Amino acid sequence: MSYFSDIYNGIKTLLTGMRVTGGHFVRIRSENITQLYPDNRDTLQMFERFRGEVVMPHDENNEHRCTGCQSCEIACPNGSIEIIWDRQVDPATGKKKKMIDKHIYHLSMCTMCGLCISACPTDAIVWAQNYENAVYDRSALTKVLNQPGSKLKAGIEE
Amino acid sequence: MEQLTNNKIKTEEYFINMGPQHPAAHGVLRLLLTIDGEIIKNVDPDLGYIHRSIEKMCERDSYQQIVHLTDRMDYLSSHINNGAVCLAVEKALQLEVTDRVKVIRTIFDELTRIASHLLWWGVMGMDLGALTTYFYAFRDREMINDIFEETCGARLTMNYYIPGGLMFDLHPNFVNRVKKFLVDIKEHLPEYDRLLTGNVIFQKRTKGIGMLSKEDAISYGVTGPVARGSGVHCDVRKTHPYHAYDRVNFEEALLPEGDTFSRYKVRIKEMWESISIVEQLIDNIPEGDIKVPTKAVIKLPKGEFYQRVETARGELGVYINSTGTKNPYRLKFRSPGFSNLSVLNHISKGGKIGDLVAIMASFDFVIPDIDR
Repeated sequence: MSYFSDIYNGIKTLLTGMRVTGGHFVRIRSENITQLYPDNRDTLQMFERFRGEVVMPHDENNEHRCTGCQSCEIACPNGSIEIIWDRQVDPATGKKKKMIDKHIYHLSMCTMCGLCISACPTDAIVWAQNYENAVYDRSALTKVLNQPGSKLKAGIEE
Repeated sequence: MEQLTNNKIKTEEYFINMGPQHPAAHGVLRLLLTIDGEIIKNVDPDLGYIHRSIEKMCERDSYQQIVHLTDRMDYLSSHINNGAVCLAVEKALQLEVTDRVKVIRTIFDELTRIASHLLWWGVMGMDLGALTTYFYAFRDREMINDIFEETCGARLTMNYYIPGGLMFDLHPNFVNRVKKFLVDIKEHLPEYDRLLTGNVIFQKRTKGIGMLSKEDAISYGVTGPVARGSGVHCDVRKTHPYHAYDRVNFEEALLPEGDTFSRYKVRIKEMWESISIVEQLIDNIPEGDIKVPTKAVIKLPKGEFYQRVETARGELGVYINSTGTKNPYRLKFRSPGFSNLSVLNHISKGGKIGDLVAIMASFDFVIPDIDR
């Protein structure tokens, strides 16, 4: 007797579960929750705080805000940031001043913890929202963040 | 035929590897099984396949940098892990964070717990042959991931808590998103019950399987939903409240049976409790600062500090031994998964291989948490 009641219960609970999936199958057009990812690249917007990679914004005069204080380099837990700096003559004052030569960022080592950006006193580096970082050669992930020929924006002090 | 009836066939126990790459093992856990037919005689977990020496790396890092390593232990409770280290450092510095920080941390911890349990629910169904559950759970987990991504910028490795407070303030959309999520999840959780909990096949595979008695749970140091499924009162949120847990009303999910199904029901009940905690706090997040200023280089006083929190898997303890410098002399994590794994051999002996899969699903192992 329990053999038949087991079959009955099995079919009953199976149908209960299938009613849930069936309900979603009927409503599939109205509540679409998936995305057609590679096709929606143009419209896909990441959140403004999304941590894609570290970038250094430059203004229209090719000027950045990095004073070369190395706070980000010290804050980084895994050595993703290297700053090569030099003391150069500041044209405005005629005195020697610490300036960055290269702000090197190893995206391959970065864990996206955000400590460098919290540590930066002049907001020179920010998060970019790009999300496709795959490359064929690992060396392409080592980036120089300051553009060639760029210089420090006037009036920014440590 | 004659041989069979006379029992003259020579049988012997044999040995089989389950893992390190096995679809039913969550992550790179290798189980050395001694089997007689399909009856399990011995289970010997072999660890170390994802050991990254996080504890040793902590000795190298400053206290702000340690936090981001804890994301990579139990990656499904990353906020809670971050909170454990931050609380330990704050305890050592005798730093009192603002009420706003406490409440936000509590909300994030509970959302993390719901997200973790949702993933567990989906994977448990999948392990037992119900692939549908996986998609339903991920549909809801995606909403929590969006909430986290909007405020913290990350979906898995958050690194949102810092010693002394939070990295950024809440996003303006946060409260609305959480309220919408609460409405949706309360509709969807009963759906889960119809889909899986009531299913006869699921119940037959979980009821009475993997019995863990209360005494064994205590003596093996099992914590979290696994221990509460055996009736052990061990919720750190109740026994040693931290964050804002002392000001919310919630019930500790306790069931006395101790089988796989009771561990399942404990987690479902915990999701409801977490929803109720978030509901109590979401409307009255106090105003205030999001961080108490700390020195750029945090130096803890000389001594030993211990803080424990309740992650989605059990009790996570952080032990810091400081000699007064900017790095810890020794930092030890008491991870819930490691202690829970120790009882696996005891409760799966005598069962079938299929039972072992069900038991492992109910334990909700995260292997990077066990290996660190």
